[in-house]
Amino acid sequence: MSKIYYTKEHEWVAVDGDTATVGITAHAAEQLGDIVFVETPQVGDTVEQGAESGVVESVKAASDVYAPVSGEVVAVNEALEGEPGKVNEAPLGDGWFYRLKLADPAELDKLMDEAAYKAFVASEG
Amino acid sequence: MSGAEDLKATPLHALHIRLGARMVPFAGYDMPVQYPGGIVREHLHTRNSAGLFDVSHMGQAWLVGPDFETTARALEALAPADFLGLAPGQIRYSQLLNPQGGIIDDFMTTRPADEALDGRLMLVVNAARKDVDYAWLREHLPDNVTLETEEDRALIALQGPKAEAVLARHCPQAPGLSFMQAAAGEIGGMAARYSRSGYTGEDGFEISVAASDAEALAELLLSEPETAPIGLGARDTLRLEAGLCLYGHDIDETTSPVEAALVWSIGKRRREQGGFIGAQRVLKELAEGTARKRTGIAPLGRAPAREGTEVFSESGEKIGHVTSGGYGPTVGGPVAMGYVKTPFNRKDTPLTLRVRGKDMPARAASAVFVPHNYKR
Repeated sequence: MSKIYYTKEHEWVAVDGDTATVGITAHAAEQLGDIVFVETPQVGDTVEQGAESGVVESVKAASDVYAPVSGEVVAVNEALEGEPGKVNEAPLGDGWFYRLKLADPAELDKLMDEAAYKAFVASEG
Repeated sequence: MSGAEDLKATPLHALHIRLGARMVPFAGYDMPVQYPGGIVREHLHTRNSAGLFDVSHMGQAWLVGPDFETTARALEALAPADFLGLAPGQIRYSQLLNPQGGIIDDFMTTRPADEALDGRLMLVVNAARKDVDYAWLREHLPDNVTLETEEDRALIALQGPKAEAVLARHCPQAPGLSFMQAAAGEIGGMAARYSRSGYTGEDGFEISVAASDAEALAELLLSEPETAPIGLGARDTLRLEAGLCLYGHDIDETTSPVEAALVWSIGKRRREQGGFIGAQRVLKELAEGTARKRTGIAPLGRAPAREGTEVFSESGEKIGHVTSGGYGPTVGGPVAMGYVKTPFNRKDTPLTLRVRGKDMPARAASAVFVPHNYKR
């Protein structure tokens, strides 16, 4: 059973052992509107917590995606290349971006749980 | 200080809120960028059915002179279209030019069909340029031609292949118009000026009514099953796919109509005789060509190339930049337009776009990515 953490930049990361799956939250997808392009890192790339790790583009604009945690990318969601709209349909499901091997589980302490994230979104108005 | 409290509202503002629009500031107005359906759905709805747009932020103004010829000649001194050749009920697209031949604004001119309005031309100008245009016109019009702005009117566009059928139910005369023709009459019992024109590449109409009738007219048209409200987001993707210029992005005070590939809007007589502000540059460029030209740019990958993206030749020379770009919902992929050094604007010329530091292949293309569906 995985545990999900959230960032202030509206990414989520689901952790299962030392594997972490990354995506953007339903709130982010809703705010962006129709998503038309997703750029993920490549398998084998190393990403660092808080650093740019891809781009998500809606009809209106391009937004950076930041890595919620550090690690080596072990899989990317290739389906998004042809069907980026999956991010709107199932942001926490089929709309995942990439999977990585967790470098430092202690980094998770800097992230929010679901209740804290909900409060954060509410506070952003 | 530019908070929401400083923004102007159109006569349809309350309706937008009731329809659940997401509102954004645009040209000093609080405008709907999208409704709950989202931009892609609104875009496709307009291409397939009928979309209703609030374009009341645009400027509506009369040029008023003693007779048609005097007023048309006054406008011909400021813009390169053949206004003298306008038949009653006909519309022309043109540009106000500065002395350097740059574009102050692009606008529509209608000669009313009603003979009682002889001597009047109706102008529709961009919202963000109203103040500049009106000041320019007042400064340059002769004493016997005056500008009368209309502040108490709304403008509603009904666009798409089913716009004709929708409007015909409330205005049986509307289908009688061809593209770029206008008439006055009643729609649902409301006094209106309507024209077969628009900014989507689709067949459709633009309807001007008194501000006090705007909401009733919009509700009437929205009550038809084919019609859905469409925001500025889809308005932008629709016009981009249709290759239509957006002022301040694709054209501005530095670009000439020749560079902007708008030569089709310059009258044949005007090309020979000139006689308008900015003619020196325009006639020179018509004879000698230009160093750069607006062109469609088709990215070959999936990534959108936004405004400002640099364009390079195959050999790595920087040759221009994207002025409008994004995702085209009907195309199903990225579309763009911009200025490139001639002759790299030639159709199918390989181009390279630098998007976030990465080189992406593209080619020069017609800016009309989706064929126009006008009723001529």
